[in-house]
Amino acid sequence: MIAFILKRLAVAIPTLLVLIILSFILMKVAPGSPFSGEKAIPETVMKNILARYGLDKPQWQQLLEYIYNIIFRFDFGPSFVYRDRTVNDIIAQGFPVTVKYGFFAFIFATVIGVAMGIFAAIRHNSWGDYLAVGFTVGAQVVPNFVLAPILVLVFTLWLRWLPGGGWNDGQWNYVVLPVIALATSYVANIARIMRSSMLEVLHSNFIRTARAKGMPGWQVIVKHALKPAMLPVVSYLGPVFVGMITGSVVIDLFFSTGGIGQWFVNSALGRDYSTILGITILLGALTIAANLVVDILYAWIDPKIRY
Amino acid sequence: MLVEARSDVVATQEGTEAASTPVKGRSLWHDAGRRFLRNRAAVFFVGLLVLIVLFTIIGPYFAQYTIEKVDWSILGKVPALGGPSLANGHFFGVDQTGRDLYIRVIQGTQISLVVGVLGSAVAVVVGTLYGAIAGYFGGRLDSAMMRFVDILYSIPYMFILILLLIIFGRSFSLLFVGIGLVSWLGMARVVRGQTLTLKNREFVEAAVATGVKPLAIVIRHIVPNLLGIVVVYATLLIPEMILLESFISFLGLGIQEPNTSLGALISEGAQTMQYGTFWQLGFPLAFFVVILFAFFFVGDGLRDALDPKDR
Amino acid sequence: MKLRNVLGVAIAAALLSSTAMTYAADVPADAKLAAEQVFKYRVLDNIRALDPQLVEDVDTAYVTNQLFEGLYNAGPDGEPVPGVAESYTANDDFTVFTFKLRDAKWSNGDPVTAQDFVFGWQRAVDPALASTYAYFVGLVNIANADDIVAGKKPLTDLGVKAIDDKTLEVTLRASTPWFPRTLAHGTLFPVNQKVVTEKGADWTKPENIVGNGAYVLAENSPGERVVLKRNPNYWNNDKTVIEEVQFLTINDENQGLTRWRAGEVDQTDVPAGQYPALEAEMPDQVYSVPQFCTYYLSVNMTDSAPDALKDKGVRQALNLAIDRDIIVNAVLQGGQQPAYSFTNPNTAGFTMPTIAAAGMTQEERDAKAKELFAAAGYGPDKPLTLDYIYNTSEAHKAIIVAVSQMWKEKLGVNINMSDMEFAVLSDRRHTQDYELARNAWCGDYNEASTFVSLYDSKSEQNDSGWSNPEVDKLLADAKLAADPGPMYEQIEQIAAEEVPIMPIYFYAKVFLQKPTVKGWPYDNVEQTWYAKDMYITAE
Repeated sequence: MIAFILKRLAVAIPTLLVLIILSFILMKVAPGSPFSGEKAIPETVMKNILARYGLDKPQWQQLLEYIYNIIFRFDFGPSFVYRDRTVNDIIAQGFPVTVKYGFFAFIFATVIGVAMGIFAAIRHNSWGDYLAVGFTVGAQVVPNFVLAPILVLVFTLWLRWLPGGGWNDGQWNYVVLPVIALATSYVANIARIMRSSMLEVLHSNFIRTARAKGMPGWQVIVKHALKPAMLPVVSYLGPVFVGMITGSVVIDLFFSTGGIGQWFVNSALGRDYSTILGITILLGALTIAANLVVDILYAWIDPKIRY
Repeated sequence: MLVEARSDVVATQEGTEAASTPVKGRSLWHDAGRRFLRNRAAVFFVGLLVLIVLFTIIGPYFAQYTIEKVDWSILGKVPALGGPSLANGHFFGVDQTGRDLYIRVIQGTQISLVVGVLGSAVAVVVGTLYGAIAGYFGGRLDSAMMRFVDILYSIPYMFILILLLIIFGRSFSLLFVGIGLVSWLGMARVVRGQTLTLKNREFVEAAVATGVKPLAIVIRHIVPNLLGIVVVYATLLIPEMILLESFISFLGLGIQEPNTSLGALISEGAQTMQYGTFWQLGFPLAFFVVILFAFFFVGDGLRDALDPKDR
Repeated sequence: MKLRNVLGVAIAAALLSSTAMTYAADVPADAKLAAEQVFKYRVLDNIRALDPQLVEDVDTAYVTNQLFEGLYNAGPDGEPVPGVAESYTANDDFTVFTFKLRDAKWSNGDPVTAQDFVFGWQRAVDPALASTYAYFVGLVNIANADDIVAGKKPLTDLGVKAIDDKTLEVTLRASTPWFPRTLAHGTLFPVNQKVVTEKGADWTKPENIVGNGAYVLAENSPGERVVLKRNPNYWNNDKTVIEEVQFLTINDENQGLTRWRAGEVDQTDVPAGQYPALEAEMPDQVYSVPQFCTYYLSVNMTDSAPDALKDKGVRQALNLAIDRDIIVNAVLQGGQQPAYSFTNPNTAGFTMPTIAAAGMTQEERDAKAKELFAAAGYGPDKPLTLDYIYNTSEAHKAIIVAVSQMWKEKLGVNINMSDMEFAVLSDRRHTQDYELARNAWCGDYNEASTFVSLYDSKSEQNDSGWSNPEVDKLLADAKLAADPGPMYEQIEQIAAEEVPIMPIYFYAKVFLQKPTVKGWPYDNVEQTWYAKDMYITAE
């Protein structure tokens, strides 16, 4: 197990390097620069700006210095667009926001999704099942950029229950709509997966045996069926995690939370090189970590898997 | 993303099945066809998909406008005059710039379907060949190739795709190639797993014994036997591609005007839905939802049909 | 050099006479003030560094305008009103201005001195700071600014010096009667030398920043909100009514409207095309006021342009075939004005030129356009296809969709549209890497040269790459003329004939504002507002 983790970590480092180099090249190839604006900047001023950020050095030197600063000083450099901030400042501001509602969305999606899936499987072919299936299919096909404005119209404008955007230091009522908008499609996916795998498990011999022994229904579910039925769900959690990072782009843009997704898109569109690189690397590292955790979780649930 | 998720689901189910079910070429397909036809929902949605495709082919002949024609008599009075109407030929109403939504929805549907199918095809071709080669040759090559997949798997692809679209501009071909290249990893893993179980079968050994070249074996013997799983996977991949495209359109990185896609139309419609122009969201969203439903159900139906153990 | 600008003298005289009057929230005796004096203003996600010398966009300037105060502020009608300066005197040819400062304090209690201005202005041109607005200091003619930016002279050569703590002397390289009009611009704000030097790049963080405006920074979360609180050390603090200003980021204008309806913001922009409906629904809360900007299409006038665009007749035909009334009345519908020439009609002392096309009906224009187009050799058997680039936005898209259809229907011209990020668009415009491009210009100061100088073949902002010796000469002459009006008119006429740009419309700022908000400068075409001049009444 430990050897397995070490092996995966050994892969992580080249992965991150590939990621840094790839993003760096993509960014430098992209037309436009962080200093392009409505007003053309006179050459003399431009020269000063480039010199200030070290952008007048050869590209390979910039890349090496960048990597060196990340590894040895954990410094992603200054933002070219937000000139009183470093990329570390930006991440420190935006990341906790995304983590907070992302965490709640993750828990929400998993708990509700699993519960709904179990429910639908137990009441197979009942109205409850059809309702749950109907919801999962519906929720899966409505993009969150359609869902979010509908939520705001309903909960903000008509019912006046919740604010339609902003963050306000993560006060609970500001978190609710982002969580729902982000989690809904994953609730649906998890419920679908849970339902079909639970159905499969319920039809297997060992469950029939347990039932035959006279074990009460819910005990069978909790003690015997839940763990094997969770396997496909667990393997889905890694992708859910990645999907939530991607989904946060829409949520951040729409709800103006100041989260990391908004920063990514805006710095990509505004060519804020260092910010894009910083965020990409951070999220890449997280993805790697999340996949690793999922693998470990999987191994823990299913002892048959050996590494 | 969803894409990888499905592959895992498919993998676990197909994986357990593949070991026990012998692949028997034609008769398997025959059985599967019968099972599929018994699945009412799946058959219904296949019919619906056919209808939609027919509609995108025949529909333009009934259109009174082109995709870019601005109806000057409605422009500026869209909420009042721009609704669906048989009288003025705007069957689905007009969009915010006074253009006919009927023909734009048809075109958007075409584009979304093409992006979905081609994107899925790119993912399937790359993923199948990659996975089959890795699985068949095994050993060092296999572990190197799969390690590479592991590395790529950890890259937040959506971000790379955004960067690509920014660099090369918004172009149609880049859209489906980009989306496809982002999604082949899951396919590669699934196919590799299948290939591992296939390569020790008699027919492969027979081919090896008669001196067929390895690459030819992969293409002529392994890949055809992967067809079942590939078809299921590809079908389930298409709606994911269409969803992905809609996300790209939301970011304003989608297809160039005057062309459009369902994602772009929905994104425009969602912005104006509070101004009483529901048709601008309703029509494209209806097509979008039906198409996604259809592919999900057909995909599930195919999986059930090709996997007799399930249910 | 003698007096050159009659208008300038009048302004200067008016300023001198009005020095005693300062401007603050003007609350009538019978007004019932709201208990909670908080003003919530919607901005896009573009609040950048709150460092006045680094500010380059309007939204960030709205924030720094509250945190800092220059020598003069923009009054409710846009005319300068005293800020830190109590009064000024100028020499006869307006090349040396001497400002007398009042007893003002920084938010940490330090006195605001003339030296703080010297430091701030030197900082603006400091190559080490590398401000994108460094050129502004040269634009307003402060002596030696351009050479310092280029690194050819030391900072201390800048034409500004502190005679004593309360007296500031500014030396200009040319006669500039309108110089006081430029002082409300953030680049010319003072900054606190001690704080800036001690804290370095971190000086604008909420825990460090020290300003001399009516408000201090309480919270700065870019992308979400910026919160300002009243500054008790402000010299005119007694007159400040609004306690807190919140700048709330809302990226999407439709979402802005929803949240405005929910009462989460006090002011937001009207989404494109929604003005008539909203105006009918709540006439007392919807505003459309002229804005100091012009929307136009740039035409590539250099050798890299396609042959068709090198033909004057084609350019004229394209220009005439654009039906501005449809754009203004059916696409934008927000009280914008159709434009046939470049300089904004709200420019102080500017008389609109009589452009021939402006006087025709659209039928006449279309007929003339078809005639010119056919004469140039284009038509059904020789169709023309042109590329158009614009930055991604629903409003820009709606305009080109309409314009391209006008061209297609009237002239048979096909337009390939490409949208891109703003950074790419501006780079391609500046390097003439396009055929037709969306463009817009907002005046930097309230005088016609802020517009017409873009026609100068040497101008950095001449995106068309148009070079016309006659225009260059007229521009040079205008600087020396007592009344440059006729020269500006002549330049506009040449431009209307040559069509380096196709003006579309003059902007209007179209916004929703709660009726309880009072004191907004509706008449200021530059839309410079100060929360200290405003107040909130009870419902």
